[in-house]
Amino acid sequence: MTILHWATLSPFLFALLIPMLYKYIKRIHTGWFVLIVPLVLFIYFLSFLPVTSSGGSVNQTLNWVPSLGINFNLYVDGLSLLFALLITGIGTLVVLYSIYYLSKGTEKLNNFYVYLMMFMGAMLGIVLSDNIIVIYVFWEVTSIASSLLISYWFYRKKSIDGAVKSMLITVFGGLSMLGGFSLLYVISGTFSIRELIANADMIAESSLFLPAMLLVLLGAFTKSAQFPFHIWLPDAMEAPTPVSAYLHSATMVKAGIYLVARLTPVFGGSAEWFWIISIAGTVTLFWGSISAVRQKDLKSLLAFSTISQLGLIMTLLGLGSAAFYYSDGMEDSLYTTAVLAAVFHLVNHATFKGSLFMTAGIVDHETGTRDIRKLGGLMTIMPITATVSLVGLASMAGLPPFNGFLSKELFLQATVNVVSFDFFNLETWGVLFPVFAFVASVLTFLYCIIMFAKAFTGKFKPENYDAHVHEAPWGMLISPVILGSLVIIFGLFPNILSSSIIEPAMAAIMPHTQGFDVKISHWHGWSSPALWMTIGVIVFGLGLYMLMNKWSQTSFYLKERDPLNQVYDNWYDGLVKGSQTVTRIQMTGLLRDYIAYMAIFIVMLLGYSMIRYDAFAIDTAHVSEVTPYMWLLVLAFTAATIAVPFINNRLTAVIVISVIGFLLSLFFVQFRAPDLALTQLLVETVTIILFMLVFQRLPKLKKEKSRPRFKLVNLIVSIGVGGIFTMIALSSFAFGSDVNYDSIAEYFIENSKELAGGYNMVNVILVDFRGLDTMLEILVLAIAALGVYTLIKLRLKGSEDV
Amino acid sequence: METVITILSGVLVSISTYMILSRSVIRIILGISIFSHGVHLLLLTMGGLKTGSVPLLGRGAESFTDALPQALILTSIVISFAVTALLLVLAYRVYQELGTDNVYDLRGFKDDL
Repeated sequence: MTILHWATLSPFLFALLIPMLYKYIKRIHTGWFVLIVPLVLFIYFLSFLPVTSSGGSVNQTLNWVPSLGINFNLYVDGLSLLFALLITGIGTLVVLYSIYYLSKGTEKLNNFYVYLMMFMGAMLGIVLSDNIIVIYVFWEVTSIASSLLISYWFYRKKSIDGAVKSMLITVFGGLSMLGGFSLLYVISGTFSIRELIANADMIAESSLFLPAMLLVLLGAFTKSAQFPFHIWLPDAMEAPTPVSAYLHSATMVKAGIYLVARLTPVFGGSAEWFWIISIAGTVTLFWGSISAVRQKDLKSLLAFSTISQLGLIMTLLGLGSAAFYYSDGMEDSLYTTAVLAAVFHLVNHATFKGSLFMTAGIVDHETGTRDIRKLGGLMTIMPITATVSLVGLASMAGLPPFNGFLSKELFLQATVNVVSFDFFNLETWGVLFPVFAFVASVLTFLYCIIMFAKAFTGKFKPENYDAHVHEAPWGMLISPVILGSLVIIFGLFPNILSSSIIEPAMAAIMPHTQGFDVKISHWHGWSSPALWMTIGVIVFGLGLYMLMNKWSQTSFYLKERDPLNQVYDNWYDGLVKGSQTVTRIQMTGLLRDYIAYMAIFIVMLLGYSMIRYDAFAIDTAHVSEVTPYMWLLVLAFTAATIAVPFINNRLTAVIVISVIGFLLSLFFVQFRAPDLALTQLLVETVTIILFMLVFQRLPKLKKEKSRPRFKLVNLIVSIGVGGIFTMIALSSFAFGSDVNYDSIAEYFIENSKELAGGYNMVNVILVDFRGLDTMLEILVLAIAALGVYTLIKLRLKGSEDV
Repeated sequence: METVITILSGVLVSISTYMILSRSVIRIILGISIFSHGVHLLLLTMGGLKTGSVPLLGRGAESFTDALPQALILTSIVISFAVTALLLVLAYRVYQELGTDNVYDLRGFKDDL
């Protein structure tokens, strides 16, 4: 255990303390204690910056299950560090914000902070682990922690529904991902990401390459809310706002992005990877932005905008993977622009989306509503909140001088670059990327204006609010103000990030390409197509907003719920109904049906194997002769047996049964088994007495009143069972007599007298050679006797005694 | 003879399966006891029905029938007797408490049929 390991696990360890702190120190808000952890971790991770920015990395090993190759190895490079800083940095701000957001007296703070720490530790584990199984473990912990946090107000039905939905979708993806990881292990024999990257060629040639890739991507797409798995994210907005800001904008939803970026060196360079990720990202970008326009709830709007922005980053990662195809090309910058834009936008999105969620939370907290149809005119009442919102929204819309502008321009530039690519059929379809990017950017611009204009401008109507509306307390404003300042700082001085954060992260995503020289500038000259696209976005966006009165009456705008929820709901209801139907058909509660199922299954299984292996055989060589006396016995026996099902009289039944039993003992006599004959006679007699005793207390046997169809099925099943039974017996006798091995009967003949001193071989076997059987058989009898006694004597319901 | 006896035990199994699939508890118990007869016969047959002497030493016989299947069957007879006895008493008690010997009426829930 190194310091790095302790640091990664420290949120879990601290989570153990939280309930005690909550219980015994009631005076101080528990959040203040929790605040220490992310803050210290953030400072600790800052200390890695010099190492990674000079191209180095830190590798710490810790054995967990070495025999299976599962080790808790931590690896810090540019990409891990970027995420670790985001997690701890925004974590600090979110905890600070939550201290003012959640009140000390009414909320269960111990639960909240335990879940939050659990989440933070798991997230750190994902981004720092080198072992994919360990990543999977932490991955599922984030799913659990996220569901716990979504259902934090567990007495609300919508919270529970949202938690269940996010759990089902993300765990489905997580399990698929585990399958993908297992396939990667099958291909390469290692769980370590370092070694997977080193074996990338071997993986690319494997026939399991595509299944492994698809399964891993399923995990990444469900977690990062890519189309069509994005539907859980808007419903996750039932969580407290600090949770939405932290999990559902800045960290957890980026776990999928992290995974895609991390595994790009493994899968990148293949056309499938390029197309799947780019298309999924573009569709998500487009769908998220068009759905966001329709939202009336601030948090839903932000949720869909998060989906859209995640799609944007995903598209960029997909486009960037083209660099692997051309790893030694001269026009490196053309391909790497996309990765640069992805990493940069990742940072930018975390900053502005975090601040936007926090301001939305403030608006909710201070006015009591998040509905944009009720809000309005808050600018003068909440000037700081309005300013921070404006900065965040302008950045999200891609306006200068904020950081969103820079990454949006890089994004547009990257999509334009795609058009000039001449592989993966891009010469025909590549032109769609800039088109979709442009339309989605216009819509992004539109919903950003809508959100600001509806919430903060216009006339203030006091009658719309239950509460007295005023500016938030300063403590609540610290975090959004810090994030908003970062938006401006990164916007004005983007190059403070370039060599410290972005270049190492790019080097981690593209280990084969060396020597990035990232220079982000505001001004690319008039010839830059991205500039004209940005101008176009602003013009069209403003135009659409002007026309809002026209299209806001259409059903498109009025129906805000994502139509894909219908699919999910139908699937969910269908699953429940379907399994209920299956259970109703199958679990009838009837003994007859269950026996029939078993019999049919056995007959089919055995029949299939007998046909499949051509196993049926009759031995005629080794059989002994049948005497006429035996024929007579057999005939009588068969007749008595076949008569049994037709008997509808108790006494006749007992007599026929006893006839069968006594005939059986005659068989035993014929087969030279005197002890058996004796026992059979005795047992049969006692059984008959028992039957008589019990039958006189049971109702009369009636004719079975079953439907003919039932009887026919019964008949077929029983003939099938008997037939299979006979066939197997005949075959095994035939094959058994072919094989030449001696029976152990000789041993008993020789040794019964020698060793056991008895002449009766059967008895010697029973009490000497195999005495254990007999002992336990006696036990069975004793248990049966006790059972009978208990059944008769024990009356818990107090009815009459025998 | 082995073939004949094997087919005979197959008939026993068929009939007993048919009985076990019926509604009345009594028939089911009858079916189970016939089933054990079938299995006992088969056990003996699989050991080979070659005519040797009764498995008693000291009578100067040359060959004996196999004693081991006989010992196994003897154990089995006793066990199936114990089970049959318990089942019979159970059927009696079920009828006494619940007033029916029809397994269709003995279901825990009542809907169709």
